[in-house]
Amino acid sequence: MSSTARVEVAGLAASYNGGPPALRDVTFTAQAGQAVAILGPNGGGKTTLFRALLGELASVTGTVKLAGATAYVPQTERSRLDFPVSALDVALMGAYARTSWYRRIPAADRAKARAALERVGLGEHARQPFGAMSGGQRQRVLIARALVQDAGVLLLDEPFAGVDQTSEESIMGILDDLRAEGRVLLIATHDVEQARRWDRVLCVRGAQIAYGPPADTLTNAVLEATYGAEIVLLDCGHRAVAVQHHDHAH
Amino acid sequence: MTEILHSGLLQRALVEIVVLGAACGALGVWLLHLRQAYAAESLAHAMLPGLVLASLIGVPLLLGAGAGVLVTAALIALASRDTRVGSEVAIGVTVTTAFGLGAVLALSPDVPVGLDKLLFGDLLGAGTTDLLVAGALAALVGLALAAGHRQLAVAVFDPVSAPSLGVRPGRVELALLALLAVAVVAAVLSLGNLLVFALLVAPAAAAMRLGRSVRAQLWLAAGLGFTAGALGLVASAELDVAAGGSVALAAVALYAIAALARPAGSRGAARSPIEALGTSP
Repeated sequence: MSSTARVEVAGLAASYNGGPPALRDVTFTAQAGQAVAILGPNGGGKTTLFRALLGELASVTGTVKLAGATAYVPQTERSRLDFPVSALDVALMGAYARTSWYRRIPAADRAKARAALERVGLGEHARQPFGAMSGGQRQRVLIARALVQDAGVLLLDEPFAGVDQTSEESIMGILDDLRAEGRVLLIATHDVEQARRWDRVLCVRGAQIAYGPPADTLTNAVLEATYGAEIVLLDCGHRAVAVQHHDHAH
Repeated sequence: MTEILHSGLLQRALVEIVVLGAACGALGVWLLHLRQAYAAESLAHAMLPGLVLASLIGVPLLLGAGAGVLVTAALIALASRDTRVGSEVAIGVTVTTAFGLGAVLALSPDVPVGLDKLLFGDLLGAGTTDLLVAGALAALVGLALAAGHRQLAVAVFDPVSAPSLGVRPGRVELALLALLAVAVVAAVLSLGNLLVFALLVAPAAAAMRLGRSVRAQLWLAAGLGFTAGALGLVASAELDVAAGGSVALAAVALYAIAALARPAGSRGAARSPIEALGTSP
């Protein structure tokens, strides 16, 4: 179903409330089955790109073509962990947009939500409160929700932030499966080493710095242009490691 | 008890307060989840000048309350545009101004309705119209919360992803505040504009301690609001104290019991409503 998924962006510029562009000159194409790391410093435009792709920003110029339903997978700590919902409740939210307000969620969608939780390895945790789960489990629940949305294009915001090693491997496996099914994954990250794992890398810092396969893109010159003074490049053979403090405004 | 059973006045007051209690209780759960308790208190207080003016001019108090809420909402929206002050400061300044103006007007000798009735309500004066208004409010709150349940859940739980899930959190919040305004207008004559806040917040805060799902919290809050209304009115009749005040105290007492039964941080307890009161999303 997702093999036709595709993201095509040309000359995109996006701004908030008519101000100067927070992000400009973005041009890239992601084919079905490709995972693209979006690499950049905090405030570099990763979130702005996602919001522009989701159609949430009023002032966007350039062309954006999204083939396939698009789902946003937020950082888990951005959701309200004190709100009493179970993992299944959260997965079911993926069916809300197609269910009229006066109808119950159809049995088919309930089955789909259960299957999505099974798929991310949480079938037995369906009734567990979302807020009581580990960071990695919560991230998998949110991916399950995107599956219930039938998303061909997944926008993942720092999916490995606050996630332990075991969960990271499990999430990595899930993302590889989704890629193999022909879905397009855009993965915002600040981790250069992790970006090397994916098919393409898009570096942004207010504007597009580079786009292409990791080997061509992740050069010292591009990383310096992307992170500026914020980066410390530790040259260990061909490995460049970005050391950047990570703080998010909540 | 026998007094309540035989007095038409008290019977009407009892029906009025339990219906308002149930409706305000359920509505309060979403207000607290959306961290809008301050808005609830502000709307209630800000309608004082409207009530006083209506009483001066001789139009129904309900109209004055409605106009008061509208004018205040517009002033808050206007004051919030100044980005140098936050919306909380805008609300604080607007509401204090409205309340001060209301007090000045109310103390003029020409006002037929006493300031105490406007501030603390006149539960025992509930007539047939008040009962109909309370019933209509309860039906409206029930319908609106059932219809908007999924949207409200997404708007509270994950506002960042809400648009991609088909929900506009800003609109949902606005709709809930509109419902709040209607509820406050409908309840203010019985409970007064100081005490209506107790029924919006205390039963909901208690239910959020006890309920493990949002639906459970909604039903619990409606039940606790109903109970607070009944207990408060019976206590006021038995002890011969002010009805509105004893309903408010009963609501807070139920919250205290819930807080003792399930303290913050215990398994299954939701975030403390006191924290929820003080924090913006």
